[in-house]
Amino acid sequence: MPSMSQTFSRLRSSQKFQKRFSIAIRLIIAIILIAFSIFPVLWIISASFDPSQSLATQTSLIPSNASLKNYQRLFGNDPEYKFGKIPAGRWILNSVKVSGISTILSLMITTMAAYAFSRMRFKGRVTMLKAILLIQVFPNLLALVAIYVLIFQVGEIIPKLGLNTHAGLITVYLGGSMGMNIWLMKGFLDTIPRDIDESGMVDGASHWQIFWNLILPLLRPILVVIGILSFIGTYGDFILARILLNDVNQYTLMVGLQIFTSGQFDQKWGVFAAGALIGALPIMIIYLTLQDQIVGGLTQGAVKG
Amino acid sequence: MSQAMSGKPKKRSGVTEESFLSKLIRIVLLVIFDAGAIWFIQNALSQGFDQLAVVIGIIAVMFNVIFLLPQAYPLRWMAFGLGFLILFTIYPIVFTVYVAFTNYGDGHLLTKEQAIPLIEKQVFLPEGGKAYKWTAFRNDAGEYALWLINPDGETFLAKPGEEILPAKPGDPGIGEADSKGIPVSLEGYQRLNTLLAASDKNLPNIKFGLEGDQVIQIRNPSEAAELQVRFKYDPATDTVIDQSNGEIYYNVEGTFTSRTGKTISPGFRTVVGLKNFRDFLTSPALRGPLAQIVTWNFIFPTVSVLSTFALGLAIAIMFNDPEFPFKRIIRSLLIIPYTIPGLISIIIWRGLLNSEFGIINKILNDLIGTAPRWTTEPFWAQVAILLVNLWLGYPYMMLISSGALQSIPSEIYEAATIDGATSWQKFRHITLPLLLIAVGPLLIASYVFNFNNFNLIYLFIAGGPPIPGAATQAGYTDILISYVYKLAFESGGRGVQYGLASAISIVVFFIVGAITLFQYRFTNMWEEASENA
Repeated sequence: MPSMSQTFSRLRSSQKFQKRFSIAIRLIIAIILIAFSIFPVLWIISASFDPSQSLATQTSLIPSNASLKNYQRLFGNDPEYKFGKIPAGRWILNSVKVSGISTILSLMITTMAAYAFSRMRFKGRVTMLKAILLIQVFPNLLALVAIYVLIFQVGEIIPKLGLNTHAGLITVYLGGSMGMNIWLMKGFLDTIPRDIDESGMVDGASHWQIFWNLILPLLRPILVVIGILSFIGTYGDFILARILLNDVNQYTLMVGLQIFTSGQFDQKWGVFAAGALIGALPIMIIYLTLQDQIVGGLTQGAVKG
Repeated sequence: MSQAMSGKPKKRSGVTEESFLSKLIRIVLLVIFDAGAIWFIQNALSQGFDQLAVVIGIIAVMFNVIFLLPQAYPLRWMAFGLGFLILFTIYPIVFTVYVAFTNYGDGHLLTKEQAIPLIEKQVFLPEGGKAYKWTAFRNDAGEYALWLINPDGETFLAKPGEEILPAKPGDPGIGEADSKGIPVSLEGYQRLNTLLAASDKNLPNIKFGLEGDQVIQIRNPSEAAELQVRFKYDPATDTVIDQSNGEIYYNVEGTFTSRTGKTISPGFRTVVGLKNFRDFLTSPALRGPLAQIVTWNFIFPTVSVLSTFALGLAIAIMFNDPEFPFKRIIRSLLIIPYTIPGLISIIIWRGLLNSEFGIINKILNDLIGTAPRWTTEPFWAQVAILLVNLWLGYPYMMLISSGALQSIPSEIYEAATIDGATSWQKFRHITLPLLLIAVGPLLIASYVFNFNNFNLIYLFIAGGPPIPGAATQAGYTDILISYVYKLAFESGGRGVQYGLASAISIVVFFIVGAITLFQYRFTNMWEEASENA
């Protein structure tokens, strides 16, 4: 008997040791992985404060004479900068404006359509739901020629919606609002008990009143997730914006950052780094603070069923 | 339960009748909308944007149906969404499909109606025929004027871009005639002597007179002649006749081509049937790079999904331990790549992996004395793309795997432990199969995403390094979609080819569509949609 309990306690202590050992190993692996994950970010932070500004001259992670020179150049406050005045402040405003407006409008479109799909039964409903998914498979990049011609022609008739306007770009983004998000929103709506609608019905409320007063407040969590994801998606788009906008002052931040890569990219490295950091930080903060909700939203749509 | 609240308008109206006011507002708004649509369509038609007019017309009709018919009530909730969907998604797709069957592209940008007048504008200088004797004048600005005498002895003054008018020596601004009847001077101009005029290099290229009226060009030192229209279009036979030698040009796929293979520019847009698809499959010049591109197009997403999933899953398993310290902060640090807008990350990596100046190669050179040329060697360029994508993609896989891991009940593992299963057996026979059920559809979605991952391929090194000898711009890391983009938007001196680009787009659509349909079957989304109906 005693020998057995001895063996048992030895086993336990060795298990405890094993456990500690395994955690230590895993912590080391974690540190290596974290190095892999954040190295580019650290490097770009360093580059943004390194006034030598070229890719070739940035040799250490801690810049020897750190300064805000690159940020001044980025916001057009360095008259001696050899690549001219960069209106990055303008670009940021443009990005926030375009992404903000298209997010709000597309949320409205998505939510109302999803409400109809979830709460009403009509002919062609299933076909439409399937079609929405299948149409989105067509890579919209491939339709760029058509979209360009379309916006050009619209602009000939209504100049405020034409090429090089933010309104034109926003309308193109809205074309994608009848997409995957409708499924996501409909899935969420389906989980809201219909008793709520019925109670409204009994009181003689119209569909609109039920939607606006009863359902919409319940949708807040999913609205936040879809809104943030759609904002980030639009904010990060460069290809449509690049094709449709051709005036430097109309650029969104991503289009602006992308043009840094053309010609002598290694010479513009420092200023690009400053711009990259300013462009990425707000999104990083949003993600890191809301990671649980966002992850939930991301996986929900597809894992379901 | 869905019976109770079916939302059919019939039932709805039993509860609430639409108020008169709301009906009135609806009709008024619809009338305003219709007025706007009609105004827009009129303008579109007057500018020649027929297709746009048709699309707007379709949307307008749809709006009227939706907002007038009570049966269409549910569609009112998505009318704007449908409008945008038709205008910016469906119409471009239809346009792309149409273009895929045409030769639209450089050399074929115009319609036939636009091209024929341009062809008929081309002129030639006839060898024989009516000739003028000429004398040249030049002013200080380097502009020329020509004094012309026709065989009948009539005299004219010709300037570029102005109508040729009869003139006589002694007219206002024109000097007195010399012994040959040519004015000695012209106001503002200086007369060039024969030698000077004959050696003037500009003179023979200048077209005097007004285009479309009468244009005269110098043929040789003693003669000038009227340019004649070279091509005449014959609508009856759909051919063009070359007036200078009588050669007939036939309409061959949007280009007027002679029997001997000579062509007239510009060509025009026309339907060429399956030619683009045939070219895509059979043209030897295209086949070389295309085989390379298609192969890589399947390797890239396959390796990307496998590598990101393997790393993400490994991390998820390693830290899927309630007792593990600093879990939260480790996770936050590890998802950082996922939180940076893709464009920014990709360009950062482009800098880091720069062959000459990049920090990665500096480190490699210090450590092992050599470093790959990431941007010029095809193999290393592909490796670089996969590495960058691993960095970009593993956090997502980590997040979805750890979510799925937590949903696997721990009793299964306990039962397996009692049965004496090793860790590997548990992973192989419990974790992996259960995990794949949950994340399988997401893996397919990730595959589809990477199949068309234009941003990474294009922003990193624009599909390069280039494949030597390719008929079109193509590189070793190009996937179909980046290749299509280059065909359509970046000709690199080889001419944009919207037709071919659209044809390849459609092929891509079918590939991706097939994978996606498979995914939907997998996830039961289809069935789910049908069930609820």
